Amino acid sequence: MLESYIPIMLVLGFAVVFAMAAVFSSKLFGPQRPNPEKLSTYESGVKPIGTTHERVSIKYYLIAMLFIIFDIEVIFVYPWAVEFRQLFAEFGISVFVSMFIFLVVFELGFLYAYKKGGFDWD
Amino acid sequence: MGILEIIIITFVKILIIVTMMLLSVSYLVYFERKISAWTQNRVGPNRVGYAGLLQPFADVFKLLLKEDIVPDAANKPIHTLAPIMALVIAFGTYAVIPIGPAVELFGYNIQLVVADVNIGILYVLALTSIGVYAITFSGWSSGSKYSLLGGVRSSAQMISYEISMGFSVAGVLLFSESLRPLDIVASQSGWMWNAIVQPIGFITFVVSAFAETNRLPFDLPEAEPELVGGYHTEYSSMKFAAFFLAEYANMIIASALIVTLYLGGWQVPYIEMAGLSAGLTALIQVGAFFVKMGALLFFFIWVRWSLPRFRYDQLMSLGWKVMFPLSLVNLIWVAVLVMLFN
Amino acid sequence: MNIYDLIFYLFATITVLSALAVVSTKNIIYSAYNLMLTFFGVAGLYVLLGADFLAIVQLIVYVGGILILILFGVMLTNKVNGMPIHTEVTNIIPASITIGLFAGIVLAFFMNTNWKSVTTEFPATTIQSLGKLLMNEYILIFELLGVLLLIALIGAASIARKQ
Repeated sequence: MLESYIPIMLVLGFAVVFAMAAVFSSKLFGPQRPNPEKLSTYESGVKPIGTTHERVSIKYYLIAMLFIIFDIEVIFVYPWAVEFRQLFAEFGISVFVSMFIFLVVFELGFLYAYKKGGFDWD
Repeated sequence: MGILEIIIITFVKILIIVTMMLLSVSYLVYFERKISAWTQNRVGPNRVGYAGLLQPFADVFKLLLKEDIVPDAANKPIHTLAPIMALVIAFGTYAVIPIGPAVELFGYNIQLVVADVNIGILYVLALTSIGVYAITFSGWSSGSKYSLLGGVRSSAQMISYEISMGFSVAGVLLFSESLRPLDIVASQSGWMWNAIVQPIGFITFVVSAFAETNRLPFDLPEAEPELVGGYHTEYSSMKFAAFFLAEYANMIIASALIVTLYLGGWQVPYIEMAGLSAGLTALIQVGAFFVKMGALLFFFIWVRWSLPRFRYDQLMSLGWKVMFPLSLVNLIWVAVLVMLFN
Repeated sequence: MNIYDLIFYLFATITVLSALAVVSTKNIIYSAYNLMLTFFGVAGLYVLLGADFLAIVQLIVYVGGILILILFGVMLTNKVNGMPIHTEVTNIIPASITIGLFAGIVLAFFMNTNWKSVTTEFPATTIQSLGKLLMNEYILIFELLGVLLLIALIGAASIARKQ
């Protein structure tokens, strides 16, 4: 079973070598004539205004926070989904009901966050 | 099979896949330019080679001979690392997508997939979620505010749509009972394509795929009027080419994934009734895979040149308030279907 | 030594070295980057242990979710970018005593445990048996997990919006 993962390692290894070769090849073929104007950051032709490391909005952080919780929920759905047909043949509708309860309980939270405006972007 | 044989066969497969991918990406760019020209009643590239067919190679050579500019304000190691990561992830994802049935070659039974792993579909999702880093790091390390804004926008957008993507995939798993791409293809025999059985999941997955690949109407990370070039504003030469390549490679992967999950993969309905030889059948099936993929790629380009861009708040609320509940409804629907027809 | 041992040492090296880099680099973004490599190395170790689903969960949840949250946190903070992070307070003696004690305890357990080596066939995939267990023996825990996620979500939503 482990040998099926060897191709994945080989592909990733090959990809690393190829990507590095591609990125560093311009150092070989391209010219290197830097000057201060060329090395300044792009700002539509004028001198850069303000600091380059602006603080980003808190909303991105909140989205990432909500994402983790939803992500964990999806992860728990996969084992059930893969095994559902066999479990249904064995135990009947209770397999569906137990997942339904799990989802409904979670969706209460989703509704709460929705009503609270957690998904609004303003 | 021994380890050595696996390694040799894998290398042959990798070489074939890489050649195919580089060629298809080059010509995807060419076709995008041709189709956009056609949409806008222009001619498009027609100077290099017959009807501009050598244009992609000219573009790559031009980028190769350009100076690699790294701005002073940039964080150099991470600035270099980001395009490498983008490219590695784009290549790595190709490994698990099956392009045809198993064939007998030189006495070996060879699967037309580089890595036949049991968790294939989740491997693709995991690499997609790592792909966020290439964009976040490139945005952060460039030292430009346009890049930074493009980077964070893109990562927030990608993680938002990963949720609906994940739930749509769960619907497919209910039928296939496996995470192996080959089993998923096998579960859609005949006309039992998932796109027909679970249309809602198909739509949510396609929309999420558009958002994950940063294509219009969801290309806010690189919205030209506001962000110049987005996360790759400060990239030039082959580093820019790496991002460009990765972006188009991701588009091809997204199409291949949609074909595998929802359009029956390489299967052609009722082909076994035609009574063709095994080799010819396999050839037709591989062809069918590429035809389906090509049609989807055309759809991607068509949408790009027809629809306007979303606003960022609209994009986020579409992801969380529409796509997520719809993919959940799809999951319940498929579970009910499985219970009814078991 | 077969090829899997080699792969094990490769992933173990990646994990240990990147974990060291996480705590020793001065730039917080480099720490985040190295943490990604650590998670990746641990995922590789899980695959070698036959826990394929867990490896993918490690990548999806930790790399795809939690580390993104950390990165956003760094980007939100104005002065952290590129700034050396070190505290004024350094208590070398208490720190080395604590670490030495902890390392000693771990080492003692490592030496005294009677490790069993089992050579069983790995299952083809673990996700099927996980599904079975979740729906049978651990069904109550599974439903409680839904409640736990609900609580986390409500908490997150009320932090997100104060109205």
